[in-house]
Amino acid sequence: MSLSGAVLPWVTALAVAMVVGGLIWGFFFTPNDFRQGATVKIIYIHVPAAIMGSGTWFMMLAASLVWVIRRHHVSALAAKAAAPVGMVFTLIGLFTGAVWGQPMWGTWWEWDPRLTAFLILFLFYLGYMALWAAVENPDTAADLTAVLCLVGTVFAVISRYAILFWNQGLHQGASLSMDAEENVADVFAYPLWICIIGFGLLFICLVLLRTRTEIRARRLSALIAQERMA
Amino acid sequence: MIGLLIRDLRLAVKAGGGFGLALAFFLIVSVLVPFGIGPETGLLREVSGGVLWLGALLACLLSLDRIFALDWEDGSLELLATSPLPLEMVAITKSAAHWITTGLPLALVAPLLGLLLNLPEDGYLWLVISLLVGTPALSAIGTFGAALTVGMRRGGLLLSLLVLPLYVPSLLFGSMVVSNGASGEAVGTPLALLAAISLGSLAILPFASASVLRVNLR
Repeated sequence: MSLSGAVLPWVTALAVAMVVGGLIWGFFFTPNDFRQGATVKIIYIHVPAAIMGSGTWFMMLAASLVWVIRRHHVSALAAKAAAPVGMVFTLIGLFTGAVWGQPMWGTWWEWDPRLTAFLILFLFYLGYMALWAAVENPDTAADLTAVLCLVGTVFAVISRYAILFWNQGLHQGASLSMDAEENVADVFAYPLWICIIGFGLLFICLVLLRTRTEIRARRLSALIAQERMA
Repeated sequence: MIGLLIRDLRLAVKAGGGFGLALAFFLIVSVLVPFGIGPETGLLREVSGGVLWLGALLACLLSLDRIFALDWEDGSLELLATSPLPLEMVAITKSAAHWITTGLPLALVAPLLGLLLNLPEDGYLWLVISLLVGTPALSAIGTFGAALTVGMRRGGLLLSLLVLPLYVPSLLFGSMVVSNGASGEAVGTPLALLAAISLGSLAILPFASASVLRVNLR
């Protein structure tokens, strides 16, 4: 708590600075794409949000594993705290994708593998959060959601690759890889990387904040329980 | 284990056990579909494979909360947990009982409903095969979902929210087998993957189901 309390304001400030800076750079100081026009600029929200949308699930997976193996209470609370953040990032990714897709692909939605997999990921977040909300005993809830997270990860990965058999996509491939021959041009890539790091920091700051709230809520309920016993 | 299986089957077939409800539900869904999308035989022919798989999946879902609910209410689940039979075996037996009372009859009546929905002739065999191969996964995943929500008030709705996203790969490959089979294309790859999901679920999910049952029985 003391470490996270000391780090939190710095992470928050850095996250705000990088997101705001990256977005301003991206929105006002990069040229329009010669074919996509100004709509290309949605990439500065879409890509970081999508990365964090799936990244959050892996953080929850790691936290759930820590809970299952070591029964460290903070990790269970961190997984709980991260789920709504990840869900919102996923939703932002889906929404900005739809807004970009409408003028570019001529459709708000397409049953493209990436889009579909992300929608399924969104459903996994909903189920995970609903299970947390449905169980009253916090330790039971932590155990059940941890197992759900493990099983869900396996099925989310299977679905991701199963969908490739089902429909071929409109979505463009990776364009920020280290090893690819053709990537997004540097002039777009620099602000994009800043936005990605900024969104990552934003995620850290939100999860820290929410985990601290959960810890305090847990302490409070323990105090209330003590009061009742006395 | 065999005794438990026979007991579960007997309970399911007895009055109030819910056996047959899933079949009736499957029939009703298949009858309602033409009202929803129109009676043109060409259109029905196109969608019949997917609709039948979706109907079977929903019918399967309908009976999931019965897997553990009755045993939980009368306390026999706790007896099972303290019995020498490992809880993993209990979970897999429950999945087997659910499959025999739901998945198997669904697969057997599916061709009849295929007739209603104007399924192409070549599709019947693949419909039965894909349901026989794919529904064990639905039962195993459903057992996991039922174990997660056992003893919860209003668990049924939560159960469907948790289980349906897990059904995506089975549904996808299952209906692909039917549609490929119906149009005379190769069915080997989707069928193999469907079987892989079923076998993988049967191998791994009983452990997950048993672990969450232990948590819920604590």
